[in-house]
Parts: sequence; structure tokens; C-alpha cells
Amino acid sequence: MSALQGAVEAAPGVSRLHQRASFDPAEFGVVTGREEEWRFTPLRRLRGLAGDGPFTDGQVAVEVDAAPEVRVDHREREFPHRPGSMIPSDRVSATAFARAREETVLSVAPGIVASRPTLVSVAGKDAGATAFGHMRLEVGEGASAVIVLDHTGSATLADNVEITVGDNAALTVLTLQDWAADSVHLSHHHATVGRDARFRHIAVSLGGGVVRLAPSVRFAGPGADAELLGLYYADDGQHLEHRLFVDHCQPRCRSRVEYKGALQGARARTVWIGDVLIRPEAVGTDTYETNRNLLLTDGARADSVPNLEILTGEVAGAGHASASGRLEDEHLFYLMSRGIPLAEARRLAIRGFFAALIAKIDDAGMRDRITASIEVELAGVGRA
Amino acid sequence: MATLEIRDLHVSVADAAGASREILRGVDLTVAAGQTHAIMGPNGSGKSTLAYAIAGHPKYQVTSGSITLGGEDVVSMSVDARARAGLFLAMQYPVEVPGVSVSNFLRTAVTAVRGEAPKLRTFLKDMNAAMDALAIDSAFAQRNLNEGFSGGEKKRHEILQLEMLEPKIAVLDETDSGLDVDALRIVSEGINRFRSRPDSGVLLITHYQRILRYVRPDFVHVFVGGRVVAEGGPELAETLESEGYERFIAAAGVPV
Repeated sequence: MSALQGAVEAAPGVSRLHQRASFDPAEFGVVTGREEEWRFTPLRRLRGLAGDGPFTDGQVAVEVDAAPEVRVDHREREFPHRPGSMIPSDRVSATAFARAREETVLSVAPGIVASRPTLVSVAGKDAGATAFGHMRLEVGEGASAVIVLDHTGSATLADNVEITVGDNAALTVLTLQDWAADSVHLSHHHATVGRDARFRHIAVSLGGGVVRLAPSVRFAGPGADAELLGLYYADDGQHLEHRLFVDHCQPRCRSRVEYKGALQGARARTVWIGDVLIRPEAVGTDTYETNRNLLLTDGARADSVPNLEILTGEVAGAGHASASGRLEDEHLFYLMSRGIPLAEARRLAIRGFFAALIAKIDDAGMRDRITASIEVELAGVGRA
Repeated sequence: MATLEIRDLHVSVADAAGASREILRGVDLTVAAGQTHAIMGPNGSGKSTLAYAIAGHPKYQVTSGSITLGGEDVVSMSVDARARAGLFLAMQYPVEVPGVSVSNFLRTAVTAVRGEAPKLRTFLKDMNAAMDALAIDSAFAQRNLNEGFSGGEKKRHEILQLEMLEPKIAVLDETDSGLDVDALRIVSEGINRFRSRPDSGVLLITHYQRILRYVRPDFVHVFVGGRVVAEGGPELAETLESEGYERFIAAAGVPV
């Protein structure tokens, strides 16, 4: 266990983004809710996950339906940690890292192309007990794969997903948070993306009481491409939080972040944090991040905070955009002027809001599943 | 047989500061089934306000007077109810709606107006035929509503909707503006196909006389200062073409 390490090693003290990293939960101190990284999160609803226990011995069932080319291992965790392991960046992640006894490892050997998506089902049985999980997704040099993480059921879960994309490899990870309404899920996805590799991460958060997902990307070689897409739909009482971090620490990498969310219900709550750090050595970086929120009900609240920190003078492009608003009155007028009733016009416009994002998902089966889940949400339009 | 009757219509619009400004100052107009009326007037005379007031745009407040269709009060109807009652507005500036495909939009609208979903095969056949007639590329059906359409494409798409929705009375707000001659001819043919259906009425709002060569009106109304100041047959349009609006503006004695 190390003392607190400066994650921004190349420029200590320069960046304030994501400076902390430790294997020891105690190193992060007691979470009070005043910390920048916790100030949006409803701590009282985390069932003690951000505290120091005692933790009950909860479980989630992990089942893998793998492409034949993907190797699957369920096994006991190795302590101490293997070299090159992720280092947790907040207390909950460190707690999950220290307490998860088992891990699921999916690996694709170098040069191998997985012939179909691999489906990992994570099913909760009991939200009353705290569960910790660990997963590793490893795609070797020149290999390619699509991996779907499908979260359902009732759980109180903190987990870490370590993702390694080898040089010149291609990996798509689609994580679907389709939990029952009583679930709490705090999750970190740490991706390391190799030279000339292509990484796509798609987060779809529809269910769950509290979901706090923190996908991060660190480039391990030049010329890589990361695309982080997200879609969320918060109903009354749901807290859906996504915290992105893209660490441009290599030259000539490209990143795109695009998250879109809808909020429906007076106590619907979403948080989007988009941190992008371009380090001094990351010359030729091309990055753009956007977040758009559709507020469908009075009282719903969407926080959207893009942070772009540029420590080099030589970027190819860097920008961000964030907008939260209501459905456009002119859109609704146009649709209604053709006889379409208000509720149906709203549904059309909301579907349209998400359409371009869903179209970016290659797998038709996943597109249909997500579209069907959104239709269930849309059935509430007009009632809210 | 539906008649659109507008009686002593006064309409105000709220400006950015929230102050109310009267745009229409007592409009009287009757469009009976089978008739085509042209409204011509200078910029700022309130022509588009009349169109939007008929369609029920929330920005425009009817302060007095009445609009009825077949004797039914239109002013108290919601925007969508007006369309289902048989009113259609081809907009001067059709709105881009991201992510909603033309095909999906049209089918939803046809379903709403007819009160039942058309059979998919029949619908597609009708839509493709209507698109062909308007020289609209079939790829348009999958494009997002008005998104990235050229000015001419937007106008042809409005007429496509007119032909698919089969209203009783169509209000065409400067559908001819910004069209080249070929597009004007195609759009006019679409309007004439609609006019040839029994019992359909047209209120054609235009700034230019040009379209009236293709769509021959039965009546022409000169609109100045928020009301009709002169009425006549098709020959009135030719007078306007040669003499302009100045005479009517001066006679009306109102600011435009």
C-alpha cells in the first residue's frame, strides 16, 4: 500500500484533476460530502459504502456468455496486486478494491478477433447487503472485441472494472445500468489504451436508485482513439451520476465524450462531470466533450460540469459544450400543428434527442434493447 | 363542406420585453370549400401573424373576434385539435426537429389526423407516390425532419405533408418565397393537386405575384396594417404587380 501518490506525475502540483490515488481507503479520509468529488452525491443513500463499514457480505451473480475467442476466468483475487494494476482514486473504489475477494477476467489473445459480443450479466439479489466486485477486461495487441456488461436486479454494489486495450487493438465496452429501483451502484472503469488502439465505452443508465459511474481513460501510447458515449434517463427519485476523466498523457491521441440525458419527475437528479487533462507531453491532442440534458419536469435538476485543463501549447483541437434545457416549444408546435397530440409530440422529440447517439451503437441487438428500455421510460411522458 | 370564417380578428404578440403589441386589427375573411384566396401584402403587414393565429401558435394571442371552421370555434382548440379538425399551415420557415425521421413523423401525423394508423404498406406506397410527384428523393424519408434541408426542399416537404394529411383548409404562408422557377412549378402542381380534391379550400399568403400564374386564385385580398384593405378577383394581383402597395398603404393610413 502506498501513501497518496500524485497521479499527475509529469506535472506535480500543476493540475488539480484527479491527484489522489491509493490502495488504502483510510488514505482518502472520511467522506463528508464537502469534497469536490462527493458534493453532488447523496451520501445518506449509499448504505454506508462511502464509510468504513461494517460491510455485510452481499453478493451479485456474475454470468458470462462469451464469444468462443474470449477466455473467461472467475478466480480469487491476487493480493498483493500485480504490477500495472489500477490504483483507486476515491474511497469507495479503494474499499471495493480491498474487499472484493473474487474477480472475473475476460481476455482476448493478441491478434484475435472475437466473432460476437460477449455478454456479462451482473444480477443483484438483495439490496440489503453490500457487495464488492472486480473485473478485468484485457484485449491483446491487434485483437478486437465487444463486451457488454448488463446490470439488473437489486443490489448495493461498489466495483472496479480494469480495462486494458493493447496496442492497435479495438475494444467496445457497453455498460447497461438497468437496475431495480432500490439498487445502489458505485463503479469505476479504468481503461488503459495502447498505441494506435481504439476504445469505445458506452454507458447507458436507466434504472437504479443511485448510480455513480466513473469511466476513465489513460492513454499508454500515441495515436490512440477513445470515444466515451453515454445515455441516461432519470425518473422521479433517481440519482444518476457520471464522472468522466480522460487523461491525455501521450501525443496525438483523440478523445470524444458525448453524454445525453433526460430527467422526468420533480426529484429526478443527474450529475455529469467531464474532466479532460492534456498534459505537457500530449502534443497534437484532439479532444471534444459534450453533455446535453433534457429537463422534462419542473424541479428536476441536472448538474453538468465540463473541466478542460490544457498544459501544452500544441493541441490539434480541444473543446467542450454543455447545455441543459427543456424541449423546444417550436419543435412541439410544428409537430402538434400536424395533429400530433402534446404527449405524443413530446415522445417523438425525446426519441429524436437520443436518436443520433443510439445510432452510434453498432450492435443491432443492443440498440433494440436500449430503444425498448427508453420506450418504457417514455410511457411516463405526459403523466409526469 | 367546411368554411373558414374569420370575423373582426384582433391578435397581439408579446415582444421581448413582455409588452403586448397588436398586429391584426380586425380581419374579416371567409374561405369556403372549393375556393382559393390569395392574401398579398407588404412586409410587416401581419400576413404571417394571421397564418400563425389560425394554426394556434402560443406566441400569438387572439384578443377579440373569432375564427371558426364549419361553425366550430377554432380559437378555443389546441394546436393539434385544429389540425385534426381540418386546418393545415404550410410554414414559411419549417422547423428542424433533430432525430425525428420524415417517414416516422408523417406516419404519426397521418395516424393522428385520421384517428387510426394506416396500414404500413399502404402508407409507404402513398408516401412514395407523393414524394415522386414532388420530385423528392426517396432517401428523404429517412432524413431528420427539415434538418439540413435546403429552402426549396423544406417547401416541397411542406406540400408533401399537405397532400398526405388531406386537410379541409390549407393556409400556405409564403410557400413560394425563395423558390427557383422549377421548384415553384413543382410546388404549385402539388397545391393544384390538393385544390382539385373536392371541398378543399386554400388561403395562399404571398409577397409576390409570381405564384399566382401557377395557382390561379378566385379572390385576392390586399393586406396592410393588420387588416384587409382591398378585395377583388385575380386582376387585383396584376394591379399590385404593376403599381405596388403604396396606394393601399397611403389609403389605409396606418403604419406598416
